Amino acid sequence: MASALINVPARARRGEVIEVKTLISHPMETGFRRSQLGALIPRDIIRLFVCTYNGTEVFRAELHPAIAANPFIVFSTVATESGTIAFRWTGDNGFSVAESVTIAVD
Amino acid sequence: MRRLCAAAGAIAVAASAFAGEIPHSERRSGYDFMSRETRAMQDDDSANPGLLWVLDGEGLWHRKTGTASRSCADCHGDARASMKGVAARHPSFDAAQGRPVSLEQRINVCRINQQKAPPLAWESRDLLALTAYVARQSRGLPIDLAIDQRTRPFLDAGRAAFHRRQGQLNLACSQCHDDNWGRRLAGNIVPQAHPTGYPLYRLEWQSLGSLQRRLRNCLVGMRAEAHEYGAPELVDLELFLMWRAGGMTFEAPAVRP
Amino acid sequence: MKRRPSRRQFLLAAGRAAAGIGLVSVLEVKPARATPAEMQEAVRKVVGSARVNTGKVKLEVPPLVENGNAVPLTVSVESPTTETDHVRAIHLFTEKNPQPDVVSFRLGPRAGRASVATRIRLADTQTVVAICELSDGSFWSGSAAVVVTLAACLEET
Repeated sequence: MASALINVPARARRGEVIEVKTLISHPMETGFRRSQLGALIPRDIIRLFVCTYNGTEVFRAELHPAIAANPFIVFSTVATESGTIAFRWTGDNGFSVAESVTIAVD
Repeated sequence: MRRLCAAAGAIAVAASAFAGEIPHSERRSGYDFMSRETRAMQDDDSANPGLLWVLDGEGLWHRKTGTASRSCADCHGDARASMKGVAARHPSFDAAQGRPVSLEQRINVCRINQQKAPPLAWESRDLLALTAYVARQSRGLPIDLAIDQRTRPFLDAGRAAFHRRQGQLNLACSQCHDDNWGRRLAGNIVPQAHPTGYPLYRLEWQSLGSLQRRLRNCLVGMRAEAHEYGAPELVDLELFLMWRAGGMTFEAPAVRP
Repeated sequence: MKRRPSRRQFLLAAGRAAAGIGLVSVLEVKPARATPAEMQEAVRKVVGSARVNTGKVKLEVPPLVENGNAVPLTVSVESPTTETDHVRAIHLFTEKNPQPDVVSFRLGPRAGRASVATRIRLADTQTVVAICELSDGSFWSGSAAVVVTLAACLEET
């Protein structure tokens, strides 16, 4: 059950800098840990996080195993117009989660 | 391990200065011993990973399941109203079993009897999510275990376990958590062991986990027998610890190092 | 009376003998840790031959953390964040994790504020380095040292 928590203001003034907080459920298995029997647990991480604002990419993060489990990323963007802010996380083993929020900009 | 053995040995010797139970006014949640940053992680609902399980739990609350095809919501309605205070009162007495049960066990009793569904495994994603969702509804409320003649024997058993020396280190819970709280064990501060925030996201686990998981961790660290999940010894200890924390604010889902 | 070899002579002879057989008495086990040199190499991959200036980048990390599994971190860059003067990217590196790369953030003029926060893993007490690339192609770096403590009781699942 992948779930994501997104915190974006529902409305903003045009030109205002808004803070976007994202939290997604994922173990971010590093590939460096060993099981009780000594076998290497294979890497399984989110590799890419992309945010688009009405279709235009405004932020991207390329993740490595050193990002903590349940990746938490906070960034800023300018509230340019009303519309949809979309998020997509992709990673190993076909991991792909998409979420979006709407924002009203006056 | 060697580090822990040496430190615990030192504590066992020092415990001749027996301090006894913590006075009511000096009781502090594990929250107070954490760094500013970890506290901030707990306080911010958009940063607290425990909320991911709460979100999952909310979904499960509304999902019909079992041969009875019933969801939790079908009987209990809106959890924000019906589950308010429930977690802060558990473990609580279950008449059918004739003994107190933890919140996780209570959820499974409902699944078996009302939903006609198989019980959820301990520490499974679904059970943690449902427990976290229910526990979240008690956040901010005072812990309030009602002890009566039915539950008193179990409370006494839990208290005895807390004070009993056990395991290879011949160490009792009280020696760390009553007598040496606030001091350091291998670089970490020893808390008072009040279960004010369970189930909680432990940074060491990189996951949400139950109080029983934490108790088993401690028992393994003490080189004592780690009872199986759901064992009466663990539930009795849970009952005692929650009673001992009576009046303190419930923080679930908390974050701890 | 047979002359007993001095300790130094004995060790040299043993070493030569070992080398002669082709065996080395030291067992080479690569630790699961990068080195500061590997971190520099990772930085080079991003920066190329460009010069890395010190400044403009602020790394906020707690100086001591209770657990290396989730270290909160905020990296911010002094920048007007305009169409012509903004931060293109911020890269984070560590010197002692098994791998030096942590994350690369791609920003741009629409960022509003060149500030990103996340939680990272630190395998040991070490220094975290942030490299930022500005829209004019210049690189700037900042760093912070973190002390990492471990949990006292390790679980055996």
